Amino acid sequence: MADQSIAGAGIMATASDGDRSARARVVILLLCLGLAVAVLLSLTSGASDASAIRVVGDWLLGAAPGDEALSARDRLIVYDIRLPRVILGVLIGAALAVSGAVMQGLFRNPLADPGLIGVSAGSSLGAVAVIVLGATVLAPFTAALGTLALPLAAFCGGLATTLVLYQVATRQGRTSVATMLLAGIALAALAIALTGILIFMADDRQLRDLTFWQLGSLAGATWQKIGSVGPIIVLALAAMPFLARCLNALALGEATAGHLGIPVQRLKYTAIVGVSAAVGASVAVSGGIGFVGIVVPHLLRLAIGPDNRYLLPASALLGACLLLLADAVARTIVAPAELPIGIVTAIAGAPFFLWILLRKRGVIDL
Amino acid sequence: MAALRKRARVFTMALGPAIGLSLAFAALLPARAAEGTQVFADPSKIAAIGGSITEIVFALGEQDRLVARDSTSRYPEAALKLPDVGYMRQLSPEGVLSVNPSGILALHGSGPKEAVDVLKKTSIPFIEVPERYDHEGILEKIHIVGKALGADAKADALAAEIDAKLKAAEEQTASIEDRKRVLFVLSMQGGKILASGSDTAADGIIKLSGGVNAIDGFSGYKQLSDEAVITARPDVILMMNNAGPAASDDELFANPSILSTPAGAARKVVRMDGGYLLGFGPRTADVIHDLAASLYGGQAAD
Repeated sequence: MADQSIAGAGIMATASDGDRSARARVVILLLCLGLAVAVLLSLTSGASDASAIRVVGDWLLGAAPGDEALSARDRLIVYDIRLPRVILGVLIGAALAVSGAVMQGLFRNPLADPGLIGVSAGSSLGAVAVIVLGATVLAPFTAALGTLALPLAAFCGGLATTLVLYQVATRQGRTSVATMLLAGIALAALAIALTGILIFMADDRQLRDLTFWQLGSLAGATWQKIGSVGPIIVLALAAMPFLARCLNALALGEATAGHLGIPVQRLKYTAIVGVSAAVGASVAVSGGIGFVGIVVPHLLRLAIGPDNRYLLPASALLGACLLLLADAVARTIVAPAELPIGIVTAIAGAPFFLWILLRKRGVIDL
Repeated sequence: MAALRKRARVFTMALGPAIGLSLAFAALLPARAAEGTQVFADPSKIAAIGGSITEIVFALGEQDRLVARDSTSRYPEAALKLPDVGYMRQLSPEGVLSVNPSGILALHGSGPKEAVDVLKKTSIPFIEVPERYDHEGILEKIHIVGKALGADAKADALAAEIDAKLKAAEEQTASIEDRKRVLFVLSMQGGKILASGSDTAADGIIKLSGGVNAIDGFSGYKQLSDEAVITARPDVILMMNNAGPAASDDELFANPSILSTPAGAARKVVRMDGGYLLGFGPRTADVIHDLAASLYGGQAAD
């Protein structure tokens, strides 16, 4: 932490800050290009031979005579299957990576993760409740919301967990981060236990649904789902610039940040609500996609340093890229069947992360 | 810093409307696809989802129409040559479309729901075949599949043949007074026994074969406590021999609760291929035959 330069919170920049920020800008530019490539790759790859390029061509020039049916099929594949998946992948990848980075900044601990404070467990509880009780106890709720009952229940579960946590950890308007961590562990345990009760009640069909849901997948991407979780995630991501500057100051410690005029209490509240909204929404649609929230910010800190003004947008871009690439692999590797994406992220990510750690052993300084 | 403070407040205030917007989207439910197709306009390229569906298509002699199958379709041998679109409950819509089917025949329970919704949005007819674990259910499947493929006459003939076979197979055990209690063990992960209650394929096949399901307290598959196993007093343990690493006989009868049942004392376990045992398709009469013979030996009249 010693060499960390804080900028944007009224602190003098050090000499190395110039090189760092220049490098960070280059990295962010490269990531933008990378994301554009990943999006194109995702739109053009899949189990079928539907070609996004031809779809655009047919749309511009009209389908070749006799190919109308094929053209209609390809349009459906590109617009109703691949495109929603790409958008959802970008949103969720960005949300998971940024949430991880924000949590790590808030707790001043590189191992912090939305999973740690019980958000993911709370979201899972909401989702599992819908899967298991959807036809009985929660029937009115699921009948009213249809396929969106599950995402919304998961989102509410995550948010409720976080708000309880916040109340527990806040005394006289001050939130103790340590208390919040411990309470988060307790709440996560409780949510997991309640989930266990539901799993025990489930029948075999529900158990199979649960198993696949827990593995995580972008397979259920639909325009409705994007409409339901998109606004939440976009808003949470829009809070980034504000959070970045405050988190930079917070790295110096709460008291110092307070003296610098940072609204520490409000920052905590914004960060926590934003993260639980983004993660709750993500878990809700895609189930358990682990690993992105810790690995992405960590890799970027090694590359561009800890300045949150660059770290947060870079995390969003890299998280989106990685999730898109993982999903492209998941969709094509066992075609015409499909792998759950959680398996791909873990199998590809875990060894890579270990390798990075081994290479940098002893020099990781966060 | 007042500006920062103000901006933070704006964000927390904006979250409410954002959630409201999400709820508004939730209200815009997807329109249900038109249901009710019963006959494929073009039955030349069919994707069959569900082991028993694939078997029925083969039994009808219509296998040349198949362009894809799911991973539960492992019989007959020739079906394995078809492209596999994955597990029937975990279908990838693009994967199914990539084989260019002119129709999709799916066993009830195929999913996930989102994938089925997307498939129903296409112009490709999607016919769902109901699943019931009894004699009538099998005949119903044959009629629905035959009708869909425009092979009604063949289906009638096959259904009549299967009906006769099933009746004969069920007849074998009709006069037996002393019914065997059968415990179907789905898995024995770490010594915990996952058994089948009512409303399961295992329950259906046990009844058809003249046995009694030793478990009647719940529906679906659940883990049994040791005491529940003892109270169930099974005479025979029934297992699949292809569900992952099968528990060996020694492992099975090393379980103290199993050991203290009549089945444990007599070391009586029957193992069958899962797709064969639980498929409820054209081969079910043979399954009843085999299972009845295993349960009752010479008592089952041929």
